Amino acid sequence: MDFRDNAQEAEFRKNTRDWLAVHGSIFTELKLAKYDREKELEIAKRWQAAKAEAGYACIAWPVEWGGRGGTAMEQTIFSEEEEKLGVRFQYFSIGLGMCLPTVIAFSDKETKSRLVPPAVRGDTIWCQLFSEPAAGSDVAGIRTRAIETEDGSWLLSGQKVWTSYAHQSDYGIVLARTNPDVPKHKGLTMFWLDMKSPGIEVRPIHMASGESDFNEVFFTDVRVKDSQRLGEVNQGWKTALLTLDNERLSFGGAEGPDWEELMSLAATLPSGMGGGSVLKEGGFRDKLADFYVLSEGLKYTRLRSLTTLSRGQTPGPENSVGKLISATQMQRVANEALERLDQYGILADEDFLSDVGAFQRNFYWGAAMRIAGGTDEILRNIIAERVLGLPREHRLDAEVAFKDLPKGI
Amino acid sequence: MNFDYSEEQIFLKDQVRTFLETECTSSVTRSVLEDKHTPYDEALWRSVSEMGWMGVAVPESYGGLGLDHVYLCAIAEELGRVIAPIPFSSTVYILAEALMLTGTEDQKRRILPRLVSGEIVGCLATSEGRGYTSINSLSVRAEGGFVTGEKIPVVDGGIATHAIVSVRSEKGPSLYLVDLSADGVKREELDSIDPTRNLAKVIFNRVPGEALGEEGKGEELLAGVQNRAAVLFSFEQIGGSERCLDIAKDYAMNRYAFGQIVSKYQAIKHKFADMYVKKEIARSNAYYGAWALSTNADVLPEAAASARIAGCLSYEFSAQENLQIHGGMGFTWETDCHLHLRRARQLGLVLGGLPIWRERLVRALEERGVVQKGENNGLSR
Ligand SMILES: Cc1cc2nc3c(=O)[nH]c(=O)nc-3n(C[C@H](O)[C@H](O)[C@H](O)COP(=O)(O)OP(=O)(O)OC[C@H]3O[C@@H](n4cnc5c(N)ncnc54)[C@H](O)[C@@H]3O)c2cc1C
Repeated sequence: MDFRDNAQEAEFRKNTRDWLAVHGSIFTELKLAKYDREKELEIAKRWQAAKAEAGYACIAWPVEWGGRGGTAMEQTIFSEEEEKLGVRFQYFSIGLGMCLPTVIAFSDKETKSRLVPPAVRGDTIWCQLFSEPAAGSDVAGIRTRAIETEDGSWLLSGQKVWTSYAHQSDYGIVLARTNPDVPKHKGLTMFWLDMKSPGIEVRPIHMASGESDFNEVFFTDVRVKDSQRLGEVNQGWKTALLTLDNERLSFGGAEGPDWEELMSLAATLPSGMGGGSVLKEGGFRDKLADFYVLSEGLKYTRLRSLTTLSRGQTPGPENSVGKLISATQMQRVANEALERLDQYGILADEDFLSDVGAFQRNFYWGAAMRIAGGTDEILRNIIAERVLGLPREHRLDAEVAFKDLPKGI
Repeated sequence: MNFDYSEEQIFLKDQVRTFLETECTSSVTRSVLEDKHTPYDEALWRSVSEMGWMGVAVPESYGGLGLDHVYLCAIAEELGRVIAPIPFSSTVYILAEALMLTGTEDQKRRILPRLVSGEIVGCLATSEGRGYTSINSLSVRAEGGFVTGEKIPVVDGGIATHAIVSVRSEKGPSLYLVDLSADGVKREELDSIDPTRNLAKVIFNRVPGEALGEEGKGEELLAGVQNRAAVLFSFEQIGGSERCLDIAKDYAMNRYAFGQIVSKYQAIKHKFADMYVKKEIARSNAYYGAWALSTNADVLPEAAASARIAGCLSYEFSAQENLQIHGGMGFTWETDCHLHLRRARQLGLVLGGLPIWRERLVRALEERGVVQKGENNGLSR
């Protein structure tokens, strides 16, 4: 058991640090600017391009597709060092974390060389068009139809919802129903899409946090070429499972302030129990200890899966653990910070936010993360059924043709 | 970097497991539980010493195998899985580790080889009654090398040959090593929440003792001993947690209610998922602790505390949920559910309860200077 870098890893870490020391200054600009979405996107794109140029963008991907041909461990080292700069962008995570691995696994060489390198460079943004108003957890229950035409292409019609970054995306992967006369898992097909195609309309949704990161997407006879198909016709569920496993994996890390920031904040806040700071209060220290144990436990759990990876085994559903606990942890840490700010914790005015803004954001974001990428309940089902091998519940929909299934809201 | 047991460690672990599965079935544990006059299983103790487990992490020069501590962690995990009714932890995690950490050359030479051969049984006597016993306000005294006072309760206190005793000596709080065969030692066996482990009151009436480590430095020394033991105990807790999961699964896969096996009910499955998550978090923290222990890393205080906290939380949760999943059957003497419930509670207290370890963890983080470092720039997203 060794938690230190080996010689090769240490060398990689050193090179990473040197590179970040030179190029990381880009973030000073962002920190100086007031919170500004457009500025953020512009800097995110520049940052991604710089990383790609230096071979740090998709470290474990083949050089052929714009990656570095490195190891998962090197990817982790880079992320650890990058995180110390204090900024993490989400714009590319859906594309690079979920959509493109699916594209790489299920499309031909020509398509890959056309789509993958620009995404690695941050020139293109991708979205995942799975969820629908009537099908979120039950992804296979989607209704968006793709009908084959005489020339072999497909016509796509229907509606998606909660599609993150669709309004900024160039491409997307979409799951559609190609046969409603068979049970639901057997009639799905997956495609990649150009989001500028005629017939696509994107309408931003106002989120509970007040921002607008996700959207409704409407398809009206959108023409999709057969060469855009990912996997076999009616075998889209298989393709989607790969995307969903990757989704849980990429959501595993905690985002934003954690126990360290909470501890620092507490040291500056007066205790309501007599003199001293909040950090001196027993009740607070108990919670802080538990937050630490979970966060560190999560970190080492990720490193354990990396070890498994480096031994040639594939990461499986056990990675759902990370996503399941980090979302709740995010919420609890944020709520504890707000509790301790006392009445000030209600305040969300930009002018006062500086040190508490990140907790404020995670107050909302924690709630979102317990749903996005699979709800807590669905993740527990996955752990119980796929990791521990407990039996599945009775499925009323497994044998019935999709068109005959009962439908609600 | 490598965050797992090595192939050799897995090999040893498998061997230990195979042995214990046949030699330490729950009927062995039960015979200790049910017979008031049997404080531990002597046959198992003998086999374990013959196989050299006691000396796995003891240097060869003192009769041990001189292996990495991670091997000892692997053994601890398996002993925890079977609720082994032997004084292994008091002897190996505590006495042997304490000697290796602070003992003089002479002390090590005198004790370790006999400990490895199973002749010596250790115990740690720190508690002085209800509530937390602070090392800075001890009533047990050491004067002129003689220990006087009363420790209650002491795990394995009734069967140990040697005790590590926290005392107030002329130089302040200290640790003393006491040979319990000396005149002036009186022991009274006590009932325990977990009778598979021995428990006693130990009374010292001017009993000769020798300082273990520097006198007056009792607080740091005790913390050092406890940190090392905490890591090893956390592996026992993981083994126990994993066993609870397995037993619960066996039951839930065979018990029918409302026309189907109960493991199909989501409320039950979610209990399993939560047990699994807590166990994995405990395992990860314990691995970090094992690394810190085996390399003597300066982060051992926080690594040990988090291994302990996660281990306690996991085993107690798993033991309780295992019983719940068994329903009424779970609360009978016949199932092993209560054996785990008892052992989980015992392990959760034997080195001090969670409030103490949470406080130790936060203090370690303060000393590490986290507060100055943790800068919150409000921009991460
Ligand atoms: C911030 C955010 C971003 C998102 N981004 C995307 C995106 O980019 N692309 C995309 O395709 N989707 C996206 N989603 C959608 C997300 O995947 C779904 O919202 C999620 O899977 C839950 O589905 P639902 O909303 O339909 O809830 P439902 O499935 O209707 O669930 C309602 C409740 O029932 C519970 N439930 C459902 N089934 C079960 C079951 N079998 N057992 C127990 N309980 C159950 C759920 O846990 C929940 O509590 C996003 C969502 C959020 C919040």
